[in-house]
Amino acid sequence: MSLAINCKNLVKTYPGKPPVQAVRGINFEVQTGECYGVLGPNGAGKTTTIEILEGLLAATSGEAEVLGMRWNKDAQSIRERIGVSLQETRLSDRLTVLETLQLFRSFYANGINPEVAIAKVSLQEKSNAWIKNLSGGQQQRLAVATALVGNPDLIFLDEPTTGLDPSSRRELWSIIESFKAENKTVLLTTHYMEEAEQLCDRVAIFDSGTIIAEGSPAELIGSLGAEHFIDFSIDGDMNSLNTATIESLDSVRNVAIDGDHFHLSVGKSHLVLPALLEKLGQQRLSLTNLTTRHASLEDVFISLTGRTLVDSEDVK
Amino acid sequence: MNDRPTNPIITLTLIRLKEFIRRPEALFWVYFFPVLMVVVLGTAFRNKPADKIFVDVLSNEFAAEVVAILNIKTDDGANNDFETRIVDATTARDRLRSSKSNLLVVAKDKSLDLLEYQFDPQRPGSKNAKLLVDNRLQTSAGRMNPIQTRDVVFEEPGGRYVDFLVPGLLAMGLMGGGLWGVGYAIVDMRIRKLLKRYMATPMRRSHFLIAMMASRLVYMWPQVIVLLLFSYFAFGVTSFGSWFSVAFVVFIGAIEFAAIGLLVAARTRTLEAASGLMNLAMLPMWTLSGIFFSYENFPEILHPIIKWLPLTPVIDALRAIMMDGKTLASQWPELGIITLWCIVPFAIALWIFRWSD
Repeated sequence: MSLAINCKNLVKTYPGKPPVQAVRGINFEVQTGECYGVLGPNGAGKTTTIEILEGLLAATSGEAEVLGMRWNKDAQSIRERIGVSLQETRLSDRLTVLETLQLFRSFYANGINPEVAIAKVSLQEKSNAWIKNLSGGQQQRLAVATALVGNPDLIFLDEPTTGLDPSSRRELWSIIESFKAENKTVLLTTHYMEEAEQLCDRVAIFDSGTIIAEGSPAELIGSLGAEHFIDFSIDGDMNSLNTATIESLDSVRNVAIDGDHFHLSVGKSHLVLPALLEKLGQQRLSLTNLTTRHASLEDVFISLTGRTLVDSEDVK
Repeated sequence: MNDRPTNPIITLTLIRLKEFIRRPEALFWVYFFPVLMVVVLGTAFRNKPADKIFVDVLSNEFAAEVVAILNIKTDDGANNDFETRIVDATTARDRLRSSKSNLLVVAKDKSLDLLEYQFDPQRPGSKNAKLLVDNRLQTSAGRMNPIQTRDVVFEEPGGRYVDFLVPGLLAMGLMGGGLWGVGYAIVDMRIRKLLKRYMATPMRRSHFLIAMMASRLVYMWPQVIVLLLFSYFAFGVTSFGSWFSVAFVVFIGAIEFAAIGLLVAARTRTLEAASGLMNLAMLPMWTLSGIFFSYENFPEILHPIIKWLPLTPVIDALRAIMMDGKTLASQWPELGIITLWCIVPFAIALWIFRWSD
């Protein structure tokens, strides 16, 4: 398989006092036909990286190859073959969906019919509506359609679902799934971990301008050594429960106490739960709360950085 | 799949035109504001009555007689423009000093044989007042004029204030429309990150800039035509030169200001900065280029500078063609300056233009 994207030691420093190092030496490859996710909190360097790949920013150093071409030599050929949806673009309010796509179509030598692009994002009914009368989700779908109308081999989507309600987000997911079915390469940035788990074949987790982990969502979650988490709290004194006895249970990897909650990392919850309940019964302790959940990319981020994504956003 | 796309210059131009006509408030300002100016200024300066002459007569036994002579209505009616008043010495001084009167008449002798005129010759209108008053009093006393004279009031179309004003407003509309229509729109697109989005497509930069200017060249015509039609029907303003020449000057004037609009917007990131820059660019032209009054009133030393401002040659050429019936060819120095102002700002704009961010 050929490479759609190949980044080597990509660095971007914004001049200033002091200079801001937005991207500090990034290496990754995206295979043709892959859906690759760039994850991380705001300010991690995701948008800077994607804009270098889109040819909108020049890297301070390092190399970026897109579809086997370089921006400094083949800019126009690359632009003909990529489709882009930027964060925060506001298309013209008083143009219709169809007019907007006809405009974008006219920029490309070989594209698809604007009506076809509209159908791909299910906006047929809004074809003649002004953009200002579209909902946020519909506007975002139109932004994606502007990326598709040039019939690209590689599609860049920068936070396509940020700010959308859950149902609009799911609609967009199914649109992105349909490109994958056409064997198009997709590079997606997001700070929603569940979005990456849902859509991406492989992900890179960005933090402070570097990649701190890369792999398929399953591999990354597997690297935690735990597939599930069990949180519970008990009635009465926390100290009456000996953590060592819980740690000794089969398939328990780690026990942590957070306030009045016990936090277990476990391999197989169906083995741990009955044993845990039995222990509690023996000690005549009753549960006041119990939740179990699958490990997620969010947990990968926490285990790598010691912060939750939400904390990281607050720091920003 | 590969249906041949429309040329991007055409789609970009059409898009701009659609955006423009879908904003009724913008249409109002662009198309009707100049008409409003013609109405207000054309009316204000139309049939302007001759200035009244304020004549004070010092209160004494002859004052009433002097006033009576000055107040006689003559046959042609034109002489009835003295506003007379009998005043005491103190009031007379005050009124002269504060320009409330133009002239003070003092009768000195018993039989009205000796008159004294007091006035400040530096003040506008005072000499004229003295001559008119003297003429009236002398004639009334029996002076005969050896030469017969006759006044013909000159009010030909082409020579009135409104004829002078319309070319100025036409050019002013081109300036405002070009700077705002092109410059403001570009800065707005930059803020909306639309320029950046276009940069991620194969769209050619020159196509975009040409389309921005081309759309302005299209929607400027209704503005020009509305103003000219209105001026014709309301005030009889017409062109003594060819309409083709007028259209040609309007056309390259529009290109000129669209190019300057591009330059103003080339690197600007906020609408506030853009509107500041545009006002900065327009202010000298508003005041100096002679939209409302001839720049001949400014000191001679400024004239070479004024003539090189972008607006001046447009106004001068339009006035020469419309008021004096000059040919396009005779306006070559003005057209040359305008052409320079088309090429240089466009080239600089293309060179320094900020596409992303």
